[in-house]
Amino acid sequence: MSTTAQPPAPTAASPTADKPVVRPGDKIFAGLSTASGVMILVTLVGVAAFLLWQAWPALVADPSEVRGGNGLLWYIGPLVYGTLVAALIALIIAFPLSIGIALFISHYAPRKLAAALGYVIDLLAAVPSVVFGLWGVSVIGPMLMGIQAWSIDNLQFLPFIGGPASPKSMLVTGAVLAIMILPIMTAVNREVFLQTPRLHEEASLALGATRWEMIRQAVLPFGRSGIISGAMLGLGRALGETMAVAIILSISARYTPVVTSPANPGTIAADIALQFPEASHGAHLATLVASGLVLFFVTLIVNMAARYIVSRRAAFSGAN
Amino acid sequence: MTTSTPARTEPTSSRNAQVETSGIKPGRISQALHAGILIGSVLLALGLLYVFGTVSLFPLLMLGAAIYLVVIYVVGRAIEGRRHGLDRFVTGLVTTFFLMALIPLLSVIWTVVSKGLARFDAEFFTWSMRGVLGEGGGAYHAIMGTLIITGITTLLSVPIGIFAAIYLVEYGQKGRLAKALTFFVDVMTGIPSIVAGLFAVALFTLFLGPGARMGIIGSVALMVLMIPVVVRSTEEMLRLVPNELREASYALGVPKWLTISKVVLPTAAAGIGTGVTLAIARVIGETAPLLVTVGTTTNLNVNPFDGRMQTLPVFAYYSYATPGIPREAFTERMWAAVLTLMLIVMTLNIIARLISKFFAPKTGR
Amino acid sequence: MNRSTFRIAAAPAALLLTFSLAACGAANEETDSNSDTTAAGGESTAGSGDDTAGAEAPAEELSGSIAGAGASSQGAAMEAWKASFESTHGDVTVSYDPVGSSGGREQFLSGATVFGGSDAYLSDEEVALAADRCEGGELIELPAYVSPIAIAYNVEGVDQLNLSPETLAKIFTQEIKTWDDPAIAADNPDATLPSDAIAPVNRSDGSGTTKNFTDYLSAAAPDVWTHGAVDDWPVPGGTGGQGTSGVVDAIGRTAGAIGYADASQIGELKTVSVKVGEEFVGPDPEAAAKIIDASPRVEGRGEYDFAVDIDRETQEAGVYPVVLAAYTMACTKYEDANDAALVKAFLSYMVSEEGQTVAQQNAGSAPISQTFRDNAMKAIDAIETE
Repeated sequence: MSTTAQPPAPTAASPTADKPVVRPGDKIFAGLSTASGVMILVTLVGVAAFLLWQAWPALVADPSEVRGGNGLLWYIGPLVYGTLVAALIALIIAFPLSIGIALFISHYAPRKLAAALGYVIDLLAAVPSVVFGLWGVSVIGPMLMGIQAWSIDNLQFLPFIGGPASPKSMLVTGAVLAIMILPIMTAVNREVFLQTPRLHEEASLALGATRWEMIRQAVLPFGRSGIISGAMLGLGRALGETMAVAIILSISARYTPVVTSPANPGTIAADIALQFPEASHGAHLATLVASGLVLFFVTLIVNMAARYIVSRRAAFSGAN
Repeated sequence: MTTSTPARTEPTSSRNAQVETSGIKPGRISQALHAGILIGSVLLALGLLYVFGTVSLFPLLMLGAAIYLVVIYVVGRAIEGRRHGLDRFVTGLVTTFFLMALIPLLSVIWTVVSKGLARFDAEFFTWSMRGVLGEGGGAYHAIMGTLIITGITTLLSVPIGIFAAIYLVEYGQKGRLAKALTFFVDVMTGIPSIVAGLFAVALFTLFLGPGARMGIIGSVALMVLMIPVVVRSTEEMLRLVPNELREASYALGVPKWLTISKVVLPTAAAGIGTGVTLAIARVIGETAPLLVTVGTTTNLNVNPFDGRMQTLPVFAYYSYATPGIPREAFTERMWAAVLTLMLIVMTLNIIARLISKFFAPKTGR
Repeated sequence: MNRSTFRIAAAPAALLLTFSLAACGAANEETDSNSDTTAAGGESTAGSGDDTAGAEAPAEELSGSIAGAGASSQGAAMEAWKASFESTHGDVTVSYDPVGSSGGREQFLSGATVFGGSDAYLSDEEVALAADRCEGGELIELPAYVSPIAIAYNVEGVDQLNLSPETLAKIFTQEIKTWDDPAIAADNPDATLPSDAIAPVNRSDGSGTTKNFTDYLSAAAPDVWTHGAVDDWPVPGGTGGQGTSGVVDAIGRTAGAIGYADASQIGELKTVSVKVGEEFVGPDPEAAAKIIDASPRVEGRGEYDFAVDIDRETQEAGVYPVVLAAYTMACTKYEDANDAALVKAFLSYMVSEEGQTVAQQNAGSAPISQTFRDNAMKAIDAIETE
């Protein structure tokens, strides 16, 4: 597997086979690549050091000094919960949609139309999150009010349904987040699906498979790693989304399973944006930075899980 | 790989395939029947909604699609057989998903365009906000600020990101550095944007003392947010380049760096271009990190190394968050700024597409 | 560098270059050197433009730039002050980053900005720090932006609503749950109150508005409101809106909603009159401005430190006690004489009659009284420009 990407031995591949040739191009290229990698690591170490330095007062402070007055866990716990709930709702909605849209563009729509449609979707990635926030409050919120009110009347027995219905509920936030992460997920999926080797597809069709069978046999297995990568990029964005959540979500509860009412837990990123400007006290500021650190780890765990899933299926990707 | 994939299909379906291809030719759903099912489903949905007394577009489409999917599966199965029925069903499902996604997307675009056009005039593009009270004024200073800051960010982030991805895919193999890099790039995607801004401020305070506000600090903050997106999408695209291409190139005696730059990168160019555009789109709308690093001003400043600059997202956000009187003037400027921002990204998107069209090898699609 | 990398990177750069070559300056900034003609575009520049801060303006023409940062509550007023100040002083640039009060105080104290804005006056520790920042000079704190906080509601058919502080506090602690509650009816004998549920709306972000509103509740209804004066809304279960715009929007969209927001931004919403002494007073700018004069200065602070503890329990007639005062912080002594001159001129303009009118017209604030202006000018005159 890994042998294929190995450079050929210089002597064997070089036109002048007599003496070993040192190619400056190769050296420069390898150097540049390594330097870029190292630089990213250095930046990250810098950010991590900065975060720890800023969060330290909260980590060592007396629980009563921390924001909320009951210790770090008390303050950050509901935020982690809220972050996960919002991101999960977004992912549940966006994951099948993004695959469907990407398939439609790559394998169903006529080629000209597909290009135009792909373009429209990409355009959405350009909309700043403030706009998604305002649009969510004024369009999506009222639109979902009917469904939420109906659910509260008829599905009250479900633990996550409860009144009064609110256009600023967790469900609305999750739906808007789903729309926000659709473009990046769709774009990755689309590119991956388009890269499916033509031969695999034709082989499948030649054996008499229907279009769906061909997709299931050739396209989806080939794209699995890419689909998961795209989902993780989307999830990362949903976890870290700040302004849209801050504008839409009505935050006035701690842990609650209910996603249709105005009493919701906050999310980490939105909480930082909402509380940072007026956080007056040293330890309070540090608490917010510490919650940022937690978001870091949440993202990390999510990504590690995704990497693990992808690595189990590595045989299907092209390069390794 | 190619041969193993079809073998994974369950035996029942391959037996069906044999039956259907070798036996009597199965019937086909005619175009007229298909259209009939489609129209019938929508009408049925309309009727049902009418009975329940809530006729509106979104539920109509959802219900119509659901009815259509059920009917087409049943009819398709009866006429064309199980496998083709399923194929019809999936085709319908994928199209429905697409339409469902298109509605909110078009709604966002419509909102922005319709509200943004109110102030989309010459004054908006030639004026700054210096000395402007209430109505009038423009975002020329913010447009320039956004272009300059995002431009610098892109110029710095894209090479670093692409080279890092090349390192991961072509050089790093399974080495310790590559593993660490993969791991930490993932971590970087989780940095809250305000943290990136505060980090950049702290970094420059070390060198310049407190109070330094300039475009370049904002670019550094945005780089922290942009690089991981570039690395991840580029890495994904490079991994999809078939190894056969690399091997063929090596076999011809082409040096590795030329193989990468002449074979691997062009093959992945379309995907990389999309990835870069998305990465730019990701950072061009950032508000919080820019406010703490670049600050805000009402004046035009095109020098990213000296003093505060205005940017479109900051301009838009504060027009919304702290409007003056009359409020409409501020809201209209906000929407016009947002529309401008979208148009800028759209332009970048077109350029990225043209690039990949010109330089990517022909792929058959 | 390889080709495609270069090209991908080059595209935005080319775009950038095109834009920067195409244009040199903003259309309204080209006349900068000629200070009198720059007032273009500002329709509502209040009349007497020419002798702005006339008495205080030094004979020589001001130039240069100063920066401040702080509370976003006075962001709109600052924009207005900046805009009209800059139109009379063509070579001066003032900037104000609305990063929030804590950022404003921190940046001012660290010397990052020459003036600061804050919804709360400096703590004693911060005052100690200010001594260093002011190079041995005095700290100036002026509540130059005073704005009434309106309690807005959205109830069909109720055009006038009077509430006593206790009832108001009970509504916001969610003890009173419906609009036809006897406590509300007692204050409004003539109104036909519906039986709808009350939906309290609060700020979801930490804010000076919340702090001032809760300060009012805890001072005027101490038995009911036990959460004290806090930046973060302490009662769970209500609807949270981000910023003034978010709260106003949420009240407007929810039937039966009641919330608190900057009075200048509530638009068409109806407002509650609160009980002060024996009468009910609405959020009128004049009624709000009176409270600053009626409130005692914080003791033990510098001569030019006009921090006041707003007297929320006032029984004085015609005073509206639910107000927000945003402080502007500056020093009497600066390292750079030009900074000092600019701060002096800008602050003079802010508290001047014209400056206050501009802020009232463009940000809906309450103009400060003449008494307070005279006091403030003593502090501003103390800024050493030599």
